[in-house]
Amino acid sequence: MQQQQEKDFTRRLDAGLWLKLAGYLKPYRRLLLLSAAALVVSALCDTIFPLLTREAIDRFVSAGQTAGLAGFAARYAATILVQVASIFANCWLSGRAECGINRHIRLLGFRRLSELPFSYYDQTPVGYIIARMTSDTARLGETVAWGLNDLIWSGSYVIITAVAMLLLDVRLALIVLSVMPVIAVAAVWFQKRILAGYRVVRKTNSRITGAFNEGIMGAKTTKTLQRERANCAEFSELTHTMRTASVRAAVLSALFMPIVSTLGSVAAALVLWKGGHDVFHLPGLLSIGTLAAFVQYSTGIFEPISNIARIFADMQASQAAAERVVGMLETEPEISDTPEVVARYGDSFEPRRENWPALRGDVEFDGVSFHYSTGEEVLHDFSLKVEAGQTVALVGETGSGKSTIVNLVCRFYEPTEGRILIDGVDYRERSILWLQSHLGYVLQQPHLFSGTIRENIRFGRLDATDEEIERAARMVGAESFILGLEHGYDTQVGEGGGLLSTGQKQLISFARALVANPSIFILDEATSSVDTETEQRLQSAIAAALKGRTSFIIAHRLSTIRSADVILVIRDGRIIERGSHRELLRQRGYYYQLYVNQFREEQVRASWEQARA
Amino acid sequence: MQDSPLFRRGGSLRLFGRFYEFMRGSLRKYVGGVLAVIVTVAVSFLAPLLLAGAVDASTDALQGQTGAPVNLPAFLAGWFDARGGAGYLAENVWMVAALLLALSAVGGLFQYLRGRWSAEASEEIAERLRMRLYAHLQQMSYAYHAKAETGDLIQRCTLDVETIRRFLANQLVEIFRTLAMVALALTLMARIHLGLTLISLLLVPVMFIMALWFFHWVRRLFTEADEADGKLSAMLQESLTGVRVVRAFGRQKYESDRFAARAGDVHDKSARLSVVFALYWSGSNLLSTAQTGLTLLFGILFALRGEISTGDVMVFVSYISMLIWPIRELGQILSDMGKSAVSLARLYEILDAPAEQDTPGASDAPLWADIAFDHVGFAYAGSHPVLRDVSFTVHAGATVAILGATGSGKTTMMNLLQRLYDPTSGQIRIGGRDITTISKSCLRARVGYVLQEPFLYSRTIRDNIAITRPDAPQSQIDAAARTTASDGFIAEFERGYDTLVGERGVTLSGGQKQRIAIARTLLRANDILILDDSLSAVDTETDKAIREALRAQRASGGRAPTTFIISHRITTLADADWILVVEDGRIAQQGTHADLIAEDGLYRRVYRIQAALEDELSRETA
Repeated sequence: MQQQQEKDFTRRLDAGLWLKLAGYLKPYRRLLLLSAAALVVSALCDTIFPLLTREAIDRFVSAGQTAGLAGFAARYAATILVQVASIFANCWLSGRAECGINRHIRLLGFRRLSELPFSYYDQTPVGYIIARMTSDTARLGETVAWGLNDLIWSGSYVIITAVAMLLLDVRLALIVLSVMPVIAVAAVWFQKRILAGYRVVRKTNSRITGAFNEGIMGAKTTKTLQRERANCAEFSELTHTMRTASVRAAVLSALFMPIVSTLGSVAAALVLWKGGHDVFHLPGLLSIGTLAAFVQYSTGIFEPISNIARIFADMQASQAAAERVVGMLETEPEISDTPEVVARYGDSFEPRRENWPALRGDVEFDGVSFHYSTGEEVLHDFSLKVEAGQTVALVGETGSGKSTIVNLVCRFYEPTEGRILIDGVDYRERSILWLQSHLGYVLQQPHLFSGTIRENIRFGRLDATDEEIERAARMVGAESFILGLEHGYDTQVGEGGGLLSTGQKQLISFARALVANPSIFILDEATSSVDTETEQRLQSAIAAALKGRTSFIIAHRLSTIRSADVILVIRDGRIIERGSHRELLRQRGYYYQLYVNQFREEQVRASWEQARA
Repeated sequence: MQDSPLFRRGGSLRLFGRFYEFMRGSLRKYVGGVLAVIVTVAVSFLAPLLLAGAVDASTDALQGQTGAPVNLPAFLAGWFDARGGAGYLAENVWMVAALLLALSAVGGLFQYLRGRWSAEASEEIAERLRMRLYAHLQQMSYAYHAKAETGDLIQRCTLDVETIRRFLANQLVEIFRTLAMVALALTLMARIHLGLTLISLLLVPVMFIMALWFFHWVRRLFTEADEADGKLSAMLQESLTGVRVVRAFGRQKYESDRFAARAGDVHDKSARLSVVFALYWSGSNLLSTAQTGLTLLFGILFALRGEISTGDVMVFVSYISMLIWPIRELGQILSDMGKSAVSLARLYEILDAPAEQDTPGASDAPLWADIAFDHVGFAYAGSHPVLRDVSFTVHAGATVAILGATGSGKTTMMNLLQRLYDPTSGQIRIGGRDITTISKSCLRARVGYVLQEPFLYSRTIRDNIAITRPDAPQSQIDAAARTTASDGFIAEFERGYDTLVGERGVTLSGGQKQRIAIARTLLRANDILILDDSLSAVDTETDKAIREALRAQRASGGRAPTTFIISHRITTLADADWILVVEDGRIAQQGTHADLIAEDGLYRRVYRIQAALEDELSRETA
């Protein structure tokens, strides 16, 4: 299996990527724009407040009079209200944009996931996909909605304040502004290093999680080998590394803000020095109120500047998430119906069942060659004719590639050369959904969905009546245990069917397949041992399910293999022997070896039960 | 969980009290951090006073009162007044500017120290906590781990530790910052003007209570949103792992609709949160700006009545704006403390579970000796008996086959030999000594036990084999690999012995894992050797090869370990020195193959069925 490389960092900001992402966010542009407008208003208010303080000092306190105080208070109150309203609007709109974007990307992603071929799933662990659909999208929504917010607020605050200062007093304004580039450089320098520092921390942290994982999962073995102390010593080294890395990153962060604020104080001190001199020596040119406003501006303007550096660092950190999400959204489905087929039979979301022909169940491999995208050819010019109602058993060691034939029959993959004919017609001339709606599919690890037993069986055919569901359950011999449960068919099965035993899940998945009334049955037999009674039930369920249907079975049970019409023996992904049970045994080839080592072990285990009966 | 004593009233205080054991070693840094915060606060409160002094001096000087006393803290005022008061200060504002800059530098230094010390302290504490958890989990009994929910344990050891670390690193010190600010602001402002102080602090308690209440209340909404998130992940997990089923039944649209419903639920819950947050932020902004406005307005009035100066008004306005943020934050911190308490309680649940203890007085003993089970019975706590009245004796160095159906109690019997569990009744004696008087460390060092489902560590194959004896020379590692017929598949890996096993390396098959596990056990010296169904996943020939190699080792080495082999296959174990047939937790039959085959019993019946399988095979291939 090809492992997906998880990158959590890219060196530089990739504008193209963010633009591409912006393309996906079209429906949210208006929301984001409105929210940004609200922010600019809020930043404007933030700049107005020091001006109001200035007015209070110059017009009332210094002048020693109260005329116009009521109007002043009213203006102050009005500014407050405008700012409160704009903050509300901004928070609300950005919040809505954030969750809207989340949902939007998730829906797009899920839609894409429903179209992606199995090669994608075979190469990508489910955990990674889930991370992409949950934490990565959440991170993106957050970055786009709130990162943008911070950026706009900081940017507009800096600009508006700069303008206000320039209008009040150009010389003092220039003094303040001259310190700005220094702070910007310092901020960028620090943020880069802080980001790198936390990256090391995150990596060490995932190693710690791994160590706990191993320490807990391997605890029993550790006990028998008496390795507790050695494990602790190794872990101790790791936690120590973690501490050093964390402290290093934290110290860097702790250094950053004081430096920015001290640089800010340089500006404030310069303003006070120059301004204080002017107030005294050039009365009329600079009022005390103006000086006070400048001191406020000069201390307030630097945090937004360092903020901007932080936002870019955040964006850089989120860029990996953006890359992964965009990468997923842009993965091309390799297997899809041609436009002509879709026009005739519909797609997976809007099928046109009225045009679907019936499916009888003849399956023919006609000169099929196949290789997985990453590997060498595993099928070469393979031909096999299976008549409706016949059984094909696929036999081989675990991991030998028995599922390849099944994948091709189900059209989870398509032949790289040659054709697969269903009822004499190349299946690419019919829709994927047409074929897959006629399949009955039972996995080795039976997979149920949370919900009731009834809902799970109905998954096979959504319009099945309760009666049909119960009939299917009866046919596979599941009814007795279902009725024994407190809520019968309406019993919740839990996440992944976790509340039922493996044998029970098997039976339900048989019923689910039966209710679909499939023409072709795909069965991956269980290897896990179940008790004798369930085993017998399963056997009769299989017999009931397969009756009169074409079936492909990844076989582990001798009885199944013996009764198959054709056995395909698979090793290292290739079909190396084919024939009936007897024929193959007589060849004394690979099948014989498998039979001796694998299938007989099953019987040896069973012999203990048998001897007691 | 909520019923556990840790969650009772007052429980969290006691918990934080207990937590002192982890904080003890870092207390000095913590106190340093808190003091540094107080210095930072004091310095930041001095700055507005200096500014006010400069402004007032300029005002006075402009009005011609150059000799007026300066409005500065006493320790500075004297100095300036001696040199001519307001006039001198107004002429030399640069002094104040320089002082401000110096103050800011000092403040910055202490802010840095606060960051550094509290980071060091909290990381040290987190390290101690992680180490204790890890060590404790290593010392927990086999029974604990057999029952433990691994996912939950891992989550506690990582996420809960992180919650606590974050609280220690940031929030704890912030509480002191806020307290210091409030105390200092109150004192300084009251000295200037009591009435304006009261007016300035009018809305502060409201803000605090609002924040406290809000964060407490919003937690419920957060929980709901988190639950919706969790359901979305669970649905995704289910749908993606079941992707074959979904496709095979053509249910893409159905699943897509289900997903849309879940994503919609997450959307609605977080959208509701964002409205609530918008209300809170704008509401608290209303309060804080209103408070500033109020202070300004009344400041003007008091200034006009001559009760305070222009500079004083500025001081009040700056103090109020400095106070508002920490007050809001405090509400959040206090409501977050609940989260840390829950995390702490979850960690103490692990730490309070008793670790495995050796029996007092237990000592080492020679283990290459006769082993006797004397009416041994065993039951897991609160469950029905797994072993009943098990009695047998085997001689040192013998090979014993333990046969029986799945679940008959074979594994439990062997667990007792390493004292992973102790018998609930009866006695096991090794060389005549009760096993419970023999130390566990001695047993585990000398009893080689290969589990049915062995765990390999995520390191190289070589390190996995040498894990029992890190100093073993390569020649012995090779020999162990050869004995277990592992050398073949190891050589097939590109990196041979240096191949990484596990998540970041190759995935080994069940049989390969078992062979490595046998190899690592054989590498060390054992007095007793237990192979728990270890040969079932290897084919018959390898099985035979491994047992022959063991026998050869025995023949040459002289003192061979007493060996127990658990299996289902009679035909391959017929040559054992002693055979135990286990049925429903009892010894159904015991003896040599010849004895048992002569008896009418389970053994003979199974033997015949298994032998018939052999015959059938030869017939089918004939």
